[in-house]
Amino acid sequence: MSIVPDERTELRDATTTDTPWITIVWNDPVNLMSYVTYVFMTYFKYDRAKAERLMMDVHEQGRAVVSSGSREEMERDVAAMHSYGLWATLQKDDR
Amino acid sequence: MTTGFTRTDSGRVLVRLDELERSILRSLADQVIGLIAPAAGTPDADPLAAMVGIADHAETPDDPVLARLLPDGYRDDPEAAGDFRRFTERGLREMKAAHARTVIAGLERSGDKVTLGDDECASWLGFLNDARLALGTRIGITEENHEELASLPDDDPRAAMFQVYDWLTFMQDSLVRVVLP
Repeated sequence: MSIVPDERTELRDATTTDTPWITIVWNDPVNLMSYVTYVFMTYFKYDRAKAERLMMDVHEQGRAVVSSGSREEMERDVAAMHSYGLWATLQKDDR
Repeated sequence: MTTGFTRTDSGRVLVRLDELERSILRSLADQVIGLIAPAAGTPDADPLAAMVGIADHAETPDDPVLARLLPDGYRDDPEAAGDFRRFTERGLREMKAAHARTVIAGLERSGDKVTLGDDECASWLGFLNDARLALGTRIGITEENHEELASLPDDDPRAAMFQVYDWLTFMQDSLVRVVLP
């Protein structure tokens, strides 16, 4: 056994309390407003009102933060957005 | 000419497509697969990496259509974007190819009436979106040039592509409206 349990816990705490990461969906001229709403409802399980508000933010402001969490979680969300054909990236939350 | 997707009394989703419409979808599905399917027959440098879905390259594709279908996961961090691509691109390509194959299977078992289950609807939506992304990128669509593209002379190669794009837009929007809860 080569893992010292205390150190492991400490490491995990350090990464989870670190700056959170965010997933951003960017506006593009192809994706339909109805489809973007559908993706937010289907993947994130957001209700229609929240999904439509985020969709309108993407449309009108060029981008919207659609989720936040650990880097691993955001990489998963970005990969999922790409699988739906949305243009998404992740970054540290420096707002 | 199709009137779009509808929900039947039995809960399945139905679309009527004439022969031309089916052949256009079939051709687009073949093209999407040809474009994004992982190259067959090229042995991976690392079989273990291939087994767990890790690609051995990490560059953003040069072709703008491929770059749009397989975008970077990080905007200002090429190294992180490369790592992200190495771990996700193969799975993304396989998923998009699977959507296109689901569409082909649906067309092949059907005549004018194509009926779809819920899982198939998700694949059809994904495929319709990928086909629109590919065509839209190829003809250089923006939020401002729809009218300009719609009034192109027939001898402009973009005119036919825009007509198909416009039809796919109608199809996708119609399907979203049927499946949205």
